[in-house]
Amino acid sequence: MNADSPAAEPPAAASATAVIELIEATVVAGGAGQTVLVEGIDCRIAAGEYWVIGGPPGSGKSSLLATMAGLCRPSKGTLRLFGRDTASFDDGEFLAARLRIGLVFENGGRVFNQLTVRENIALPLRYHQEQRPAATEERVKEILEATNLGPLADRLPGQITHPWRQRVGLARALALHPEVLLLDNPLAGLGPQDSRWWTGFLARLSAGQDVMGRRSATVVIATHDLRPWSRKGKQFALLKEGCWLPVGGQTELAGSDEPLLRELLAAESGVTPAVAS
Amino acid sequence: MSLPARYLDPIGRNIIRFLRTAQGLIAFTLITLGVALTKFNASAGVIHPLVRSQIYRAGLRLLPMISFLACALGLMIIGQMVALLTRVGAQNLAGTVMVTVVVRELGPLAAALVVLARVGAGYVIELGTARAQGEVEALEALCIDPVHYLVLPRMLGLALAIFSLTVYFIITTLVSGYLFAFLQDVPLLPGDYFKQLAMALTWQDFALLALKTCSFGMVIAVVSCYQGLAQPLRLEDVSRATSRAVVQSVVACVFLDALFILVYLTM
Repeated sequence: MNADSPAAEPPAAASATAVIELIEATVVAGGAGQTVLVEGIDCRIAAGEYWVIGGPPGSGKSSLLATMAGLCRPSKGTLRLFGRDTASFDDGEFLAARLRIGLVFENGGRVFNQLTVRENIALPLRYHQEQRPAATEERVKEILEATNLGPLADRLPGQITHPWRQRVGLARALALHPEVLLLDNPLAGLGPQDSRWWTGFLARLSAGQDVMGRRSATVVIATHDLRPWSRKGKQFALLKEGCWLPVGGQTELAGSDEPLLRELLAAESGVTPAVAS
Repeated sequence: MSLPARYLDPIGRNIIRFLRTAQGLIAFTLITLGVALTKFNASAGVIHPLVRSQIYRAGLRLLPMISFLACALGLMIIGQMVALLTRVGAQNLAGTVMVTVVVRELGPLAAALVVLARVGAGYVIELGTARAQGEVEALEALCIDPVHYLVLPRMLGLALAIFSLTVYFIITTLVSGYLFAFLQDVPLLPGDYFKQLAMALTWQDFALLALKTCSFGMVIAVVSCYQGLAQPLRLEDVSRATSRAVVQSVVACVFLDALFILVYLTM
């Protein structure tokens, strides 16, 4: 089923503005233009949607998210952010569009090791908004509370464990009130308790949580394990052998007989890495 | 492979490697200068404290080391030179010799080399590790320009720090050198010594000292940051990048110094 078709989208989202749109796009490794990872991507992510993109390790999930975040441009095709082709943006407009998108990296969130947890969260606020220190502090406190990072606020990333570092990556991405949150394998290396916190927190973000000003955030998750997300995501897609395969909603996910999908929904640990990697 | 080709091949490779490095360094310098001009006051709340912290790191924290080095050089070289000049009846030249040796050459180079060893090498490790761990991509994801956030504060900080350290080094060396000469009963009064120094100094010395030391700081910062940031590094590449940065910085500083000598000679 094609994600563009009305049947693939919930009725409320069908008329919603597309926040990210890829048209016949080709994603390459690291944006360097050498290795093609995924071709022919046609996807339209509307405001407030909750997408889960599955694929084996090395299938191009991280590069796809980086492309969606505007970190690199597709080598072919079109990337549209908030309804406009990125090719038509000037530098200021592109920056403004990118600031509306938050990206959470995998493996500890790539937090800044020289800065404390509090400074990590405050950095984007201080860099982009130059607001009063009290306002920055207030926003940081709000995020620390929402993510339960308060007791660790003055520690360096090297002094906290991997699950907490991953959470710092999330907190930092939330600092600027992004409308879209892209998460790369957020549950990698987390235990069941932390995984439950993440799925619950993201569901609340998608529904509209205080920390985001009660606005419903658009959530896009890339993962090699679909199990924790099968009842949380609203739209699903697969990256298989360099192709983008839209799946549809939870019903289509449950009813699909696509072998890779069954593998991602059933595999306990290892999923066969993609050849492209 | 024929004999000439066997020798020409590595020479050619080295020339190409040198040209590529020079091209990369020049491009990186131009990008950094462009960012400095266009974004100097942007995000001042973040960037200015970073510049101050780099001045502290490369300046204030190195004061004990520079003091030791300045006193040692003052005692070993300057004191002996003053004593020697007095012994041969050329004490009138003391000021000119001091200015040429300490102000124009020894001071700037010594301060630059100390900063390179203590701070520049650290930059490569810091930035190379940050790059290898994906922190640079994280900055880009937050729409923070890595050159603005990581390179500019280091460049400005090192330029100001080396200038300040050099001034401090020169004063300490000249004073400690005279003290050593004084202890050797050299018949040169302090007033005469400092008068000679003042007579030997021209406004060009001050201007070129500032220009030279700031250039050294910028060159060390740019080379160190280039080696740490400009290419994707794995953790095991960081030590090699550090060695490269140190060698290239020394070569660039000596080259710059030679250019300044030409300027002095034409004045």
